[in-house]
Amino acid sequence: MAKPTLAFFDFASCEGCQIEFTNYGDAATLELLKHVDVVEFREAMTETTGGRIDIALVEGSFTREADRARLQDIRHRARVVIAYGACACTGGINALKNHQDDFAEYVYGEHATMPHLESGTARPISAAIKVDYEVPGCPISKDELLLVLSNLLHGTEHVTPPYPVCVECKRRETVCRYDEGDHCMGQVARAGCGAPCPADGIPCEACRGFVDDANLTALEKVLMERAGFSQKRAVGKSRMFTANLRS
Amino acid sequence: MLHDVNINVHHLTRVEGHGNIVVNVTDGTVEQCEWQVPEAPRFFEAMVRGRHYSEVARITSRICGICAVGHTLASVKATEAALGIEVTEQTKKLRSLLKHAENFDSHVLHVYVLVAPDLLGAPSVFPLIETHGEVVARALRLKRLAHEWGSAIGGRTTHPTTVIPGGFAKLPTVKELEALREKILAAVPDLEATLDTIAALAPKIPAFDRPTEYMAVSSASEYGLYDGEAVETVLADGDRARYAVDDYRTFTNEYMTAQSTAKFTKNRLDSYAAGALARFNVNYEMLRPEAKAAAERLGLEPVCTNPYMNTVAQVVEVVHSAYEGLRLLDELIESGIADEGIVQPTRFASGASAVEVPRGILFHEYEYDAEGMCVRANCIIPTNQNHGNIQRDFDALLPRLLAEGISEDDMRLRFEMLVRAYDPCISCSTHYVDVEFVR
Ligand code: SF4
Ligand code: SF4
Ligand code: SF4
Repeated sequence: MAKPTLAFFDFASCEGCQIEFTNYGDAATLELLKHVDVVEFREAMTETTGGRIDIALVEGSFTREADRARLQDIRHRARVVIAYGACACTGGINALKNHQDDFAEYVYGEHATMPHLESGTARPISAAIKVDYEVPGCPISKDELLLVLSNLLHGTEHVTPPYPVCVECKRRETVCRYDEGDHCMGQVARAGCGAPCPADGIPCEACRGFVDDANLTALEKVLMERAGFSQKRAVGKSRMFTANLRS
Repeated sequence: MLHDVNINVHHLTRVEGHGNIVVNVTDGTVEQCEWQVPEAPRFFEAMVRGRHYSEVARITSRICGICAVGHTLASVKATEAALGIEVTEQTKKLRSLLKHAENFDSHVLHVYVLVAPDLLGAPSVFPLIETHGEVVARALRLKRLAHEWGSAIGGRTTHPTTVIPGGFAKLPTVKELEALREKILAAVPDLEATLDTIAALAPKIPAFDRPTEYMAVSSASEYGLYDGEAVETVLADGDRARYAVDDYRTFTNEYMTAQSTAKFTKNRLDSYAAGALARFNVNYEMLRPEAKAAAERLGLEPVCTNPYMNTVAQVVEVVHSAYEGLRLLDELIESGIADEGIVQPTRFASGASAVEVPRGILFHEYEYDAEGMCVRANCIIPTNQNHGNIQRDFDALLPRLLAEGISEDDMRLRFEMLVRAYDPCISCSTHYVDVEFVR
């Protein structure tokens, strides 16, 4: 039986999520390549296939109408489309500019209206095409991605934990950032990463997006009351990687 | 000699980000010979406005997943300059060690995965698993080592967690440093084998000399990567010029062109080069002896004016980073790791920094208000600094290739290999222009 084919595509992103693929080491990478055939990966290979793909991994945000046709072509050719990384799943960090109206002028000055600089609102891939699976995070957790792929190959349903990062953080007995005089968004962030950020001494900034029933009003209140933020900073903070997930 | 050439490489493969090569020759007349950058702009400088100084590096890190460590370091260094923060010697050493991990990491990826297939006549690294299995396994081992090395210090290599303004949010233990030292020592045979592989392939690197200006961060105490009090340039005849980091706008001179969403730069000539070859040319004397020996073996001497040799310079830097990393580790293990706390701001003003990333110099500059919120940001990215130089190389290369009388396919490959040699990181090169803050 032929191996399932895997193809990588990227849109507006930092390409950090695809770089995670090169960090598995020789044993795990060569093992993975025994089970799938990589047929398209512009950053790493010249070969392309115009044909059918079993699994398409899409990184990056949908920011230009011009990219819609490329996305539709990917959808048309792929059996399964996986959006991986915050940029692709929610718009991620790219969406931080969505509430600004002068970003192009600010960065490109008088040249902002040159046609090739066109870039609109940063949107998730799902704003253009149907996405079958999402692997969140900025960057993704490479172990989680491997698990998603392996479940897919074995026909097992993949479930993302429904609880917030705080649960994983308490499980590993990290001292809470609030008790260190800092702030954190772990109360509303979607778990599955293992809470590495508080363990490394920095706040969780919800790079994986929010849990389903996230109470953002309560989050802002905690940021003001326990971390002493101004209201403006509290609102801005809750936009960090999640600007598209809130009003 | 070919009288009609039509090369149109849309979204060149095996580079980070999107770039096009367009060459058009009709009846012996060059109509177009362009390096184009159509990458989607992402506007980071606008996005950090209004963000707290503690968040800025974590946002600008997302400019580039390959140089994330460098962006983070350049960002915290500029923020520290703006906030009047003097970090400790231990912080500087740990950051240098982290910087070496990134250079090692990125160069291994570039040399093995992006360039080696051209030299081995393969379209990508994947067919090499069958034909050169040991080379691929070695590449993946070295890549994994770099990832573990960077993670031991930075928490993560893609968007490090521990590096914050004023110091480290979490410090490695001496035990972890000792384990890292063992891992790097264990990789020495793989480094030797890398030199053997590249020495065998070096004759396939095209000959092409086009002297330009070479620019790199310069330090009195080391081969400037993380640290460096100035920026220095050298011309092919050895003539040098030295500049203060704060004056970066005066020696980068960014300008816009219609062929690119990225900006171009120039200084003493009409373009300059940054990156491994430029660093090698500027800072050769500060290389570790092991790296100098590697350069000699691979036939690389300063001032080298063949841009295709950038790949060889990267291999020399891989050796340098391994041995410099070991030296830093020895010092840190010897002195022990002290919990020094985070150095706090003493003022809120503006400041700039320069850090070498794998592809060249990264400049960051920020201004903060009294609440510590960012009011102005500017970043200049290495690949932008190389775009103009790539274009000048194209202009010089085309007549030579036409005179050589090679086929259109071979010409296309030569252009592609030239761009790949620069290791352009286009995704991160498309958000920058000088912006004067309107008060
Ligand atoms: S999600 Fe984050 S790491 Fe992944 S591509 Fe986007 S910015 Fe880069
Ligand atoms: S540090 Fe953050 S994630 Fe951990 S318990 Fe506290 S609020 Fe939750
Ligand atoms: S702890 Fe928070 S910020 Fe860190 S990886 Fe998890 S979700 Fe992202």
